[in-house]
Amino acid sequence: MSQMITITINGKDYRVEPNQTVMQAADTLGFKIPRLCYHPKLSIEGACRVCIVEVEGQRNFVASCAFPVSDGMKIKTNTHALRRARRDIVELIIDNHPMDCHTCERDGNCELQRLAASMGIRARHFAGERKRYEEDLSSEAVIRNPEKCILCGRCVRMCSEIQQVHNLTQAHRGFQTVVMPAYDLPMAESVCTACGQCINVCPTAAFVEKNYTQELFEQLNDPERVKVVQFAPSVRAAIGEAFGLPIGQNMEGQLIAALRKLGFDYVFDTQFGADLTIMEEANEFLERLQNKGTLPMITSCSSAWMKCLEQFYPDLIDNVSTCKSPMSMQGAMIKTYFADKMGIDPTKICSAAAMCCTAKKYEAERPELMFDGMRGVDVVVTTREIAWMIKSAGIDFVNIQPEKADHPLGLSSGAGAIFGATGGVMEAAIRTAYELYTGQTLVDIEVEGVRGLKGIKEGSLTMDGQEIRVAVAHGLGNACKLLEVVRQDPQRYHFIEIMGCPGGCVGGGGQPYAAINTIPLDDKALKKRAQALYDLDRGKTIRRSHDNPDVQKLYKEFLQHPLSSVSHKYLHTHYKAKLPKGIIPKEAKKIEVTQ
Amino acid sequence: MTELAQDKMTTLREFMAEVSNKDYAESYLIAVLHKTQELFGYVPRQVMDEASEALQIPTAHIWGVATFYHYFNLEPIGRHTISVCMGTACYVKGATQVLDVLKKELGVEVGKTTEDRLFTLQEARCLGACGIAPVIMIDDKIYGELDAKKTVEIINQYRKAAAESRKV
Repeated sequence: MSQMITITINGKDYRVEPNQTVMQAADTLGFKIPRLCYHPKLSIEGACRVCIVEVEGQRNFVASCAFPVSDGMKIKTNTHALRRARRDIVELIIDNHPMDCHTCERDGNCELQRLAASMGIRARHFAGERKRYEEDLSSEAVIRNPEKCILCGRCVRMCSEIQQVHNLTQAHRGFQTVVMPAYDLPMAESVCTACGQCINVCPTAAFVEKNYTQELFEQLNDPERVKVVQFAPSVRAAIGEAFGLPIGQNMEGQLIAALRKLGFDYVFDTQFGADLTIMEEANEFLERLQNKGTLPMITSCSSAWMKCLEQFYPDLIDNVSTCKSPMSMQGAMIKTYFADKMGIDPTKICSAAAMCCTAKKYEAERPELMFDGMRGVDVVVTTREIAWMIKSAGIDFVNIQPEKADHPLGLSSGAGAIFGATGGVMEAAIRTAYELYTGQTLVDIEVEGVRGLKGIKEGSLTMDGQEIRVAVAHGLGNACKLLEVVRQDPQRYHFIEIMGCPGGCVGGGGQPYAAINTIPLDDKALKKRAQALYDLDRGKTIRRSHDNPDVQKLYKEFLQHPLSSVSHKYLHTHYKAKLPKGIIPKEAKKIEVTQ
Repeated sequence: MTELAQDKMTTLREFMAEVSNKDYAESYLIAVLHKTQELFGYVPRQVMDEASEALQIPTAHIWGVATFYHYFNLEPIGRHTISVCMGTACYVKGATQVLDVLKKELGVEVGKTTEDRLFTLQEARCLGACGIAPVIMIDDKIYGELDAKKTVEIINQYRKAAAESRKV
């Protein structure tokens, strides 16, 4: 342990750890210095100057996020001059901002709005030139609106440091600076993977998802349509936050009830699709293992990861499972098996999906996932959008009587539930693959080694004397590091799970905005959301995908058996290399595996 | 995009290969961009794509650097570069009117090149010819004591010369 040092804040002495910034020390002592461009998971930018403090002996105010503490340092955080300077800084930021809060998507959830309120800005003293830019509406998933951008650079750092996609940069300079992809390409033509993490860390509405709520409301009011919806595991673990509930509450029953009240005729659970994915994926893995197919096999559920693969790791396409994602499998079963069973014309079905993900919007329209000339999922809305729809329709979500999902695509095992947390797909696959391979029951089905928020997790298990080595990565940056290992040592692993977002789907780009006094993508919040799913798993009697009776019925009545020709037609696909329009550095320097 | 001259590309690739073997290869980015502009007169997108691979720098970061410095042209430039002095003396003596008439006459904004690729219009800070303000510089030649009419006449001289050189 390092020697403690003494600092003075606002006239009082405190003993603190050395080797930290003024902001970090102040945080531990209960002084929450206002901040904007700072994010604990990202590098220090020091761009916004909102977090300035007074340090005795320094000529100017210093940015507390970037200034290290030292013994005897005398700091003031709230003098009259500081308050004025901070207020002026925020006022100047606001002066170059549209100020259309009433009609803005982030109204009520905007960090800039909260900051301005906390500064006591009640009048505008500056009125200068304001930047004007067009919105980039090209992407199916992520909309870029430079006019709302305040150049904090959080999205740029998220995209390059955590996700290592390096799609965004601050181009040009000074007043003309704009956050954009290389060559000012439209988002749809850029290397954007649609993960939506830029939206998660954006303090304003400079990045938002492409909103499909109006379209969905229209479909819901169309009497000709049969309205079917599915919802992802992680939506239930986070949607409560959008209604002011504590983080990590499982709102499954309330969500199902609310979806029915919104006008959906059938409410299905994507956890069923997850169970189905496991049936196919576990069998595919065993087939590769026994027939010396391409290993390691890598999971394919995460749509942002799929685009990352196509662009940056085309050499590993054969390693990726041919399974579609749970959403797309479920969508395919809605328009075939379910439609047939109910005698519904599949073209009359509106197949909607409430997802924790923005990339699912992009996935839903991919031609690779179509079958019989149809899309499996017609409209994808995020957790944020569905929460808004519920509020907008005047549904009392918090007090609603919980309901259960419909059959035949609504029953799920605990294995399907944990898909939403990093390591969950691996754990679910192990539960099924082990039993299919050995014919024995896996006693300890909770695979602790693949749980938690460590960037890259490794583990191994023995199946009939054979050692199976597995690895799990979450966040595309961690995935990139793991895949470099795979490129160098292809024999090292048998099976790999990759999720595009930090924490897995619980940290998806479509999850509710961070509430007041919370940090987007805070580890504690991600853990709580994941815990809600692990608790859900533990509470179920059926915890293995192959034990799901509705899944068994589906195979008996329609799919025959895993990897059958019917399965291949509806549940599998192949991806192709995309010409990369940017690169990921061979060596990810400086950045360690992120927690 | 127009095909880039192969011999120039070869020179540039050799240069990139050389620096990519050095320590901190990424720190040679600006040198590569300079070399590119020296060879092509601007920084083509194809070169930025290749530099990205050679130096292992994401294209977005290269784009950030290339757009940050006004020195780098991102589009092919015209045969003649017109620099309009916006220094204090010229400004006071009516540089804005000169610039406006050029914009109108050439049909381009500052930093852009005319469709016939004859002129690129740029702004300059003081060119050191304040005594004959307002001035413009076309390539390395200074024209002073300008007004709207005189400016158009000069442009027309260049156009005439270009037309004649085509005839020959």
